Amino acid sequence: MFGNSLTSIFGSLPNNFSMKWLIDLFTSSLGRKLLMALTGLFLISFLVIHCTINAMIFLNDGGEAFSKWGHFMGTNPIIRTLEIGLVAGFLIHIVQGLALWRANHAARPVKYSVSKAPANGTWYSRSMGILGTLLLLFLIMHTSHFWIPNRTNQFTQGEELPLYKMMFEVFSNPWVVFFYVIGCVSLFWHLLHGFASAFQSLGLNHLKYNGIISFVGTAFSIVVPLIFALMPIAVYFRWIN
Amino acid sequence: MKITLKVWRQKSRTAKGEFKTYQADHVSSDMSFLEMLDVLNTSLIKKGEEPIHFDHDCREGICGMCSLYINGHPHGPLQTTTCQLHMRSFHDGQTITVEPWRAKAFPIIKDLVVDRSAFDRIQQAGGYVSVSTGGVPDANEIAIPKKIADEAFDSAACIGCGACVAACKNASAMLFVSAKVSQLALLPQGHAERKERVEKMVAQMDAEDFGACTNTRACEAECPKAISVTNIARMNREYFSAVFSSYEVTVGGGD
Repeated sequence: MFGNSLTSIFGSLPNNFSMKWLIDLFTSSLGRKLLMALTGLFLISFLVIHCTINAMIFLNDGGEAFSKWGHFMGTNPIIRTLEIGLVAGFLIHIVQGLALWRANHAARPVKYSVSKAPANGTWYSRSMGILGTLLLLFLIMHTSHFWIPNRTNQFTQGEELPLYKMMFEVFSNPWVVFFYVIGCVSLFWHLLHGFASAFQSLGLNHLKYNGIISFVGTAFSIVVPLIFALMPIAVYFRWIN
Repeated sequence: MKITLKVWRQKSRTAKGEFKTYQADHVSSDMSFLEMLDVLNTSLIKKGEEPIHFDHDCREGICGMCSLYINGHPHGPLQTTTCQLHMRSFHDGQTITVEPWRAKAFPIIKDLVVDRSAFDRIQQAGGYVSVSTGGVPDANEIAIPKKIADEAFDSAACIGCGACVAACKNASAMLFVSAKVSQLALLPQGHAERKERVEKMVAQMDAEDFGACTNTRACEAECPKAISVTNIARMNREYFSAVFSSYEVTVGGGD
C-alpha cells in the first residue's frame, strides 16, 4: 500500500522532472562559493542574536536579563527548530570551506619558489582557511563549555544548566580567557574579509552599495568580536558580579 | 647592468625541472625583459647550449602571448606585460628569479612555456555571438548607452595571458572567464546566448581544474590590462540567474 502511494506520487510527476541542474549548481565552483556566502551571512545573523543576549551581562543585574533571554532561546520551540538550521549552517560552512581549501590547493600542485603578495591584497583575505580552522577549534572548545553540556542536560534531565553561574567558573581560568580572546581576534579577521566577500560571491557588487557594505562589514567585524572578547575579560577581572 | 638570472629549466611536460643560474653581464637598462632573454639565448646558442624557451609574439603588449613569473609577480614588478617591462625596473647586480605560470590547468610544455589551451576551450564553450546573415545592418542601428559600451570595452581589454591564474593563490581563472562573459553579456549583440554562455563557460572552467575565487583581488592587481573584479561579481550574477531560469543545457543539442 505504501509502495502504491509512492508510485502514484512519482507517477504524477512530469517526465522531464530533473534536479540535475540544482546538483550541478552546488557542485560548481561558483555554486560552492554561493553556499559559503549564504551560510556565512546566515551565521552572521546568528552572531547578532548571540552577541545581543551576551551583552546583557554588562547590565550588571546579576544575570537576570541574560538568563531570561537565555532561557527563551533554549526552550522556545521556534528557536529550537531554527537551531537545527544553525547547526546545518555551521556544518555546511565548515565542510564546504575545508573542501574548497583542498580543491584550491590542488589547483596549483607545484608552488612558486619566489612569490610576493600584490600591494592591494590583505593577508587575512588569503588566510580564510587558517582563520576558519582557528575558529573551528574555538567553536569546539566553546560548545563543550556551554552549549553541549546544557543541551545534554536538557535531554537527559529535562532542565537547563545555570549558564550565568557556569560562565564565572569557566572564565576563572586565565588560559580559557586567553583562548577565548584568540578566538575573538580570529573572528575579527575572518569577518573583516568574509562579510564584504559574501556580497561579492553573491554577485552583489554595485558602486552605489559597495561603500555601505564595506562600512557595515568593518563596523560589524569590530563591534561583535569586541563585545564577545570583553565577556571573559570582564568576568575574569570581576568587572561584573 | 649586471644581472644574475635564476631560470626554471624543464625539458618536457613530464621531465623534472630545476632552477639554473645564468650571468648576464652586458644588459642595457633600455632593453625589454624579453630582449634581455634574447641576448642571453644568443650567448647560450653560441656556447652550444639549449636556449631558454619562453612565449612571445607581438611584443607590443596586446597579444597576450608573453608570460613569465618574475621575482614573485606575474609579468614582473610593473602592472604590464613582460614584453613591455624594461630592465630599468631592476637594479644593477640584482638576482631575478624567472618561473613559468604555475597551475594544474596550465601544464609546462618546456622551460617557461606553458599550455594555456584551457583558456581556448573555455572561450570555445560559449564566448561567441550569433550573427545574422543577410544585408549589412546600418552602423549604430542598435542604441547602446555610452557607459555600457565603455564597460564592455574595459572587459574586452582582457588579452587572455593568464596572469590572473598565475597571481591567484587558488590558480583560479575567474577574472579571465568573467571578463569574457561580461564583454558579451553587457551588449545587446550577446543576449541571444546570454544564459547558455555563462553556464557553458563556467562548466568548462571547472572541468579544466582551475581553483575557486576567495576574493583576495590579487588577479586585479596583477592584470596587465587592469580588468576589475567587478567582472567576477557580474559573472556570479549572470551565472546564478541563468542557472535558476534557463533551459537545461544539453551537450550536442537534440530535440
